[in-house]
Amino acid sequence: MTYDATFRVWRGDASGGDLQTYTVPVNEGEVVLDVIHRLQATQAGDLAVRWNCKAGKCGSCSAEVNGRPRLMCLTRMSTFAEDETVTVTPMRTFPVIRDLVTDVSFNYAKAAQVPAFVPRPRDEDGNHRMQQVDVERSQEFRKCIECFLCQDTCHVVRDHEENKQVFAGPRFLIRLAELDMHPLDAQDRRAAAQEEFGLGYCNITKCCTEVCPEGIHLTDNGIIPLKERVVDRRYDPLTWLGSKIGRRPGR
Amino acid sequence: MTTTAPRGAGTAAPGRGTGDSGRAAIAARTLRTDRWWVQPLITAVALVAFVVYATFRAFQNAYYFAEPYISPFYSPCLSTRCEGDTFPELFTGPTWISPAIYILVFPLGIRLTCYYYRKAYYRSFWLSPPACAVAEPHRGYSGETRFPLVFQNVHRYFLYAALVINVVLFYDAVLAFRDETGAWGHMGLGTLVLLVNAVLLFLYSLSCHSCRHIVGGRLNHFSRHPVRYRFWTFVSRLNARHMQYAWVSMFSVALADLYVFLLAADVIVDVRFF
Ligand code: SF4
Ligand code: SF4
Ligand code: FES
Ligand code: FES
Repeated sequence: MTYDATFRVWRGDASGGDLQTYTVPVNEGEVVLDVIHRLQATQAGDLAVRWNCKAGKCGSCSAEVNGRPRLMCLTRMSTFAEDETVTVTPMRTFPVIRDLVTDVSFNYAKAAQVPAFVPRPRDEDGNHRMQQVDVERSQEFRKCIECFLCQDTCHVVRDHEENKQVFAGPRFLIRLAELDMHPLDAQDRRAAAQEEFGLGYCNITKCCTEVCPEGIHLTDNGIIPLKERVVDRRYDPLTWLGSKIGRRPGR
Repeated sequence: MTTTAPRGAGTAAPGRGTGDSGRAAIAARTLRTDRWWVQPLITAVALVAFVVYATFRAFQNAYYFAEPYISPFYSPCLSTRCEGDTFPELFTGPTWISPAIYILVFPLGIRLTCYYYRKAYYRSFWLSPPACAVAEPHRGYSGETRFPLVFQNVHRYFLYAALVINVVLFYDAVLAFRDETGAWGHMGLGTLVLLVNAVLLFLYSLSCHSCRHIVGGRLNHFSRHPVRYRFWTFVSRLNARHMQYAWVSMFSVALADLYVFLLAADVIVDVRFF
C-alpha cells in the first residue's frame, strides 16, 4: 500500500522563505517524520529537521502539520486522505534557524528563571518523607518531555511577540504549579507566578492542553489550581485575613 | 491564497511576530485545513440564544408561577410583588421591576466568571483565540491582568452565592410535591422537571474549579487531611465533566422555566403522576 503524497514544506531561514511542494512516496504505517526523512534522503538533501527518538519521548521533532502543532513522529499518515496535501511548517512562535528547525532558547531562558526546589528541613532522623498522595499531582507534570508545543500554541506569545517578556508560557506555569503543590517544597511561589511569570495573561482557553502529546491537563490541573492559589493570596480578603490571624494551618 | 511572504516588513501581526522576531515567514493567519470555526460558531449561537431567551423571561415579569411550581429564573422570589409564596417576602419593590432582576446577578455572575464559560466566550466572542493555532485579530493582549478582567478572580464568591441558590431550588422542588390546593404527597411532571434542574445546577456548582480548590486543592499535604482529600477526589472527578455540566444545566434551567411559562400561560396542562 504505497502511494505518492503531496507535501508542502516550509524552506528558508530567518531572512525569508516559502512553502515548496514535493511528491513523496508513503508506505503503510508511516508517520510524517518518516516522509520528511525520505524527502531528505531522496530529493532535498539539505532539508533541516530536528529529531531523535522517533517515539514521542524526546520532544525534538515539534513542528506544525496542516497548521496544527504536533510531534512529526506521532502524526500518522493514515490520518490524512491520500489526495490531501500535507503542509509542514516550523513552529511559528520561535525564531526559525532553518527549514523546520527553530531556536527554542526562549524556553530555556524562562526555565532558568523559575526558582529552584527549596526542600523544607529534614525530619529529626535526617530523612525527607513524603506520602504518595501528596506528591501525585506534581507527578503528572513530570511527564513533560519539553517539546514546547504548548508554548508554540499559546496565543499569548504566538500572537503577541511582545508578551514574551512578561509571560513564561504554559510549560513553566505548570512547573510553578508542580513546585507550589510539592509537599517538600518550602517556597511560596504564588506572588512570583502572578508578577514575574505572567499567570494573569493566560485566559484559560486550553490550547496548551489540546496539543500536549503527553496528555498533561495543563489548564485544569496546573494553571487553574495555580490561579486559585494566587487568589488565596492576593484577591480573596477572607483567606488573606485567615492567614494573618493564623486561623489557617500550614498548607 | 498566498500563504508565504517575504520577511522584514517591520510590522507586528498576530501569529507572525514582529519584523525582527526572526520567525519563519508565513503570512497565512492559519494553515489549519479542518473546520476550526465550527465549534466557536456553535458556542456563540447557543450562548446568544440562551441570553436572548433569559433576558426576555427575566424582564417579562409574568407567567413565572403555576401552583405549585416556580420558575428557576424567579427563585428565590424576594419581593412582595411575587406571585405565589414559595419564599419569605423580604421587601416591597416597585411593580415594574421584575422580581427576577434582584437575583439575576448571582447566576449571571457565576456563569460569567466560570473558568469554562470564560474559555467559551473568549474563544467564540472575543476570538482570543478563535481556535488553537488560529491567529486572533487583536494587536495587543493583556489577558486577565488588568481591569476589568482581573475581576474574574472573584469567581469563588459567586460560587458561594450559587450554592445558596442551589439550596433554594431544592426547596422549590420539595414544595412541588404538592397539588394545586397545597396538599402534600403529590407529584407531577413539573416536580420532576424542577428536581432534575436542581440536581444539574448543583452538579454544576460542585464541579466548579474554585470548589475543587476550596474543598482540598489548596492543601499541599493531603495525607494530613484524609477527609478533605476524599472530598477533593470526588470533586475532581466531577470537575473533569465541568463543561458538560455547564451546558446541561444551562439547558435544563431554560427548559424548566419554559415548562412553568407554558403552564402559567395555559398553553399546556401539567401531567400529574399522583
Ligand atoms: S490555557 Fe492559558 S497557557 Fe494554555 S494555551 Fe491557553 S492562554 Fe496559553
Ligand atoms: S507540557 Fe506537554 S506540550 Fe508542553 S512542553 Fe511538556 S510535553 Fe510538550
Ligand atoms: S523524534 Fe523524539 S519526540 Fe519525535
Ligand atoms: S462554575 Fe465553572 S469554574 Fe466555577
